[in-house]
Amino acid sequence: MIQLEVLRYNPETDAEPRMQRYEVPYREDWVVLDALNHVKENLDPTLSYRWSCHMAVCGSCGMMINGEPRLACKSFLREYRGVIRVEPLAHFPIERDLVTVMDDFMGKLARVKPYLIPKHEKPLAEGEYRQTPAELKKFKQYSMCINCMLCYAACPEYGLIPNYIGPAAIALAHRYNQDSRDGGRAERQEEIAATEGAWDCSFVGACSEVCPEHVDPAGAIQQVKIKSTLDWYKEHLMPWLK
Amino acid sequence: MESISVDVAIIGAGGAGLRAALALAEAAPKLRIALISKVYPMRSHTCAAEGGAAGVIKPDDSLEHHFNDTVGGGDWLCDQDAVQYLVQEAPKELVQLEHWGCPWSRAPDGSVAVRPFGGMKKERTWFAADKSGFHILHTLFQTSLQFPSIERFDEYYATELLVDEGRCRGLTAIEMRSGQMRRFDARAVIIAAGGAGRMFAFTTNGAIKTGDGMALAYRAGVPLKDMEFVQYHPTGLPSTGTLLTEACRGEGGVLVNKHGRRYLQDYAMGPETPIGKPVFKTMELGPRDRLSQAFWHEERKGNTVPTPWGECVLLDMRHLGEKKIDERLPLVRDLSISYMGVDPVKDPVPVRPVVHYMMGGIHTDTRAATPLAGLFAAGECACVSINGANRLGSNSLTELLVFGRRAALSALEFIEKNETPNPCVAQAEAAQARIRARFQRSGGTESVAGLRREMMQTMERHAGIYRTGEGLAEACAKLAELRRRYAAVELHDKTNVYNTDLLQVLELGSMLDCAEAVAASAAARKESRGAHQRLDYAERDDASYLKHSLAWYRGAGPPRVDYCDVVITKSKPGVRDYSGAHA
Repeated sequence: MIQLEVLRYNPETDAEPRMQRYEVPYREDWVVLDALNHVKENLDPTLSYRWSCHMAVCGSCGMMINGEPRLACKSFLREYRGVIRVEPLAHFPIERDLVTVMDDFMGKLARVKPYLIPKHEKPLAEGEYRQTPAELKKFKQYSMCINCMLCYAACPEYGLIPNYIGPAAIALAHRYNQDSRDGGRAERQEEIAATEGAWDCSFVGACSEVCPEHVDPAGAIQQVKIKSTLDWYKEHLMPWLK
Repeated sequence: MESISVDVAIIGAGGAGLRAALALAEAAPKLRIALISKVYPMRSHTCAAEGGAAGVIKPDDSLEHHFNDTVGGGDWLCDQDAVQYLVQEAPKELVQLEHWGCPWSRAPDGSVAVRPFGGMKKERTWFAADKSGFHILHTLFQTSLQFPSIERFDEYYATELLVDEGRCRGLTAIEMRSGQMRRFDARAVIIAAGGAGRMFAFTTNGAIKTGDGMALAYRAGVPLKDMEFVQYHPTGLPSTGTLLTEACRGEGGVLVNKHGRRYLQDYAMGPETPIGKPVFKTMELGPRDRLSQAFWHEERKGNTVPTPWGECVLLDMRHLGEKKIDERLPLVRDLSISYMGVDPVKDPVPVRPVVHYMMGGIHTDTRAATPLAGLFAAGECACVSINGANRLGSNSLTELLVFGRRAALSALEFIEKNETPNPCVAQAEAAQARIRARFQRSGGTESVAGLRREMMQTMERHAGIYRTGEGLAEACAKLAELRRRYAAVELHDKTNVYNTDLLQVLELGSMLDCAEAVAASAAARKESRGAHQRLDYAERDDASYLKHSLAWYRGAGPPRVDYCDVVITKSKPGVRDYSGAHA
């Protein structure tokens, strides 16, 4: 058996969050999500959390496990010694138990225009845009974001400056900026290069460390900064280049 | 009760729902579209599809080939007019996704790459490495963000359709965040809420796939069609049921038993093909139903490999080499290492058949319209039917695009021709009262988890790869009992905010209704066809059963099952030949 210590908070009945302990069986092949499901099914039906795919692709089950942002479906009990502490993702308001309020992230995601703004319109009848494997590779990594928001929970900047647009949103903007089919960088740049955009990042790199899909948002943010700097020089010092 | 008035309400925001929303937003920018889902769009189970989406694109391929593969793969239970529409629209839809930015894998010249898939005569599966569904879902979702007319209602659980005078007029849904019920008044409703694989114990399906959309339509009087056809995917990880895509075999992986024999040759799918050189429509590229059935026989013969999670065969991909596996199957490698501790580069991976997909669903015609005026359905929750008795891998992602769009266009046509209906105020209040009654009841004697477990065991035991009349009768009786006991489920959590206890009670209700439709339809079909195999009726019987089953809801009683004709336009029922002979 192992001890699971889970943050509980119900806004209707609790003045503030509290920790609740559950004893669950230890199984070598269990992940923390399996342990939570055991609690839900056998010990306490009132515990609330999000989950679905159990294969690290739907992005639902991000939570703090022993203080680190992790996907519960990919964190094995065998990785831990002693009590396992499970809390909702840091830096987000708690809706209920392990469920966080996602509005802030959803709003920011929409703001960076994470969709293709075509460089050249092409009718469907003319078939696909050509894109070589090398061109695909330039952005593929940044397209792997599952919106699990672990990077926001890890980001010290987001913790201090909630208006900061944050790692995943910038990485997704960068994903489209880097796409050979796209011509929308200028539009996105207004959003992400603004005061509360990429410049807020102090390059701690925590976002990339916790990313379960190896998206490397920190790398994306640095590239965005470099491009923005080049834009500034082009605009102010070398206007003939425009 | 707060009400929201829209032109079209879409239930479900996965691939089909998002595609429908985009089609509506593009066709009529002034339309008010409500996209209602019990989860955020990117959590929808479309994200878990791995292998790809079928659409004819290569010069040596043809719509005719795709048509024939699909109809034969479905054991002639597909409606051929629907299949025709699917194959003809497929390439356009896949190009459309490309134009929206989907990161399809590419050939060196920059054109879209395609890979072979089971039961397909040519390479026609478009893919984005082995995360095709994930990329399709996120491309659709992100594209939808540019349309202000698509209003999302994330984490709203739809409880009932509102129907009056033979027309669907909206729905009621619980906002999870507040626990409050809302009435959606809609001129048309599209259900795109996915499958119901969670009624089985061992499934690739995520926790959210509880048949809610099917149950909504079913209870509103729309029949569920061909529910007895449940697809087992031949290669799931035994520990978790996690899917290892058919692309493992499309790329050249082979299946061997404990003697190292490529046993598929013993089940009319041989002769053995050279390692690393897969041949279309034979051996490992046979269809899913045949492969899963072959496993069942191997297990009975004692040819399988025991693991702590049950008997398995081995999926050997070692000869593909690390470079190809990392390029084409990176997720498969990651999943095998994470959940099985086996690196496919170094060792064969133990796998076994796992419940994957419902061929059956809400009865629709080729326009994605249900028999209930104003109600449309698309994607896995619907049965249009292009999958017949057995779906071919990579047809479902295509289906949700083609028929998601089709449902939108049909809904649009419908609202242009029909007056805006009056809201169903009294019905919505009754729906709310039914939920409230659950909160007021105390002293329930049944637990959600307990009933769910019994349901899953029943389905697994009696409605699996091979079935018998006796077993199915037992399943029907058991499910009737579980539905009775369901009324006595105790709600432990009586608060409002994000109450997942309530959610699970409602989801269990959906699953029990769908499960009963599966068992009753399976018991009634006294033949073997595609994914429905009866040990007591081993042959296909076209004279009696070249028909779609329709299960009709009858309240507390078991469903009534009757039949409707299959649409056959040009392909007469024949023999499904997956031996090397056809090559």
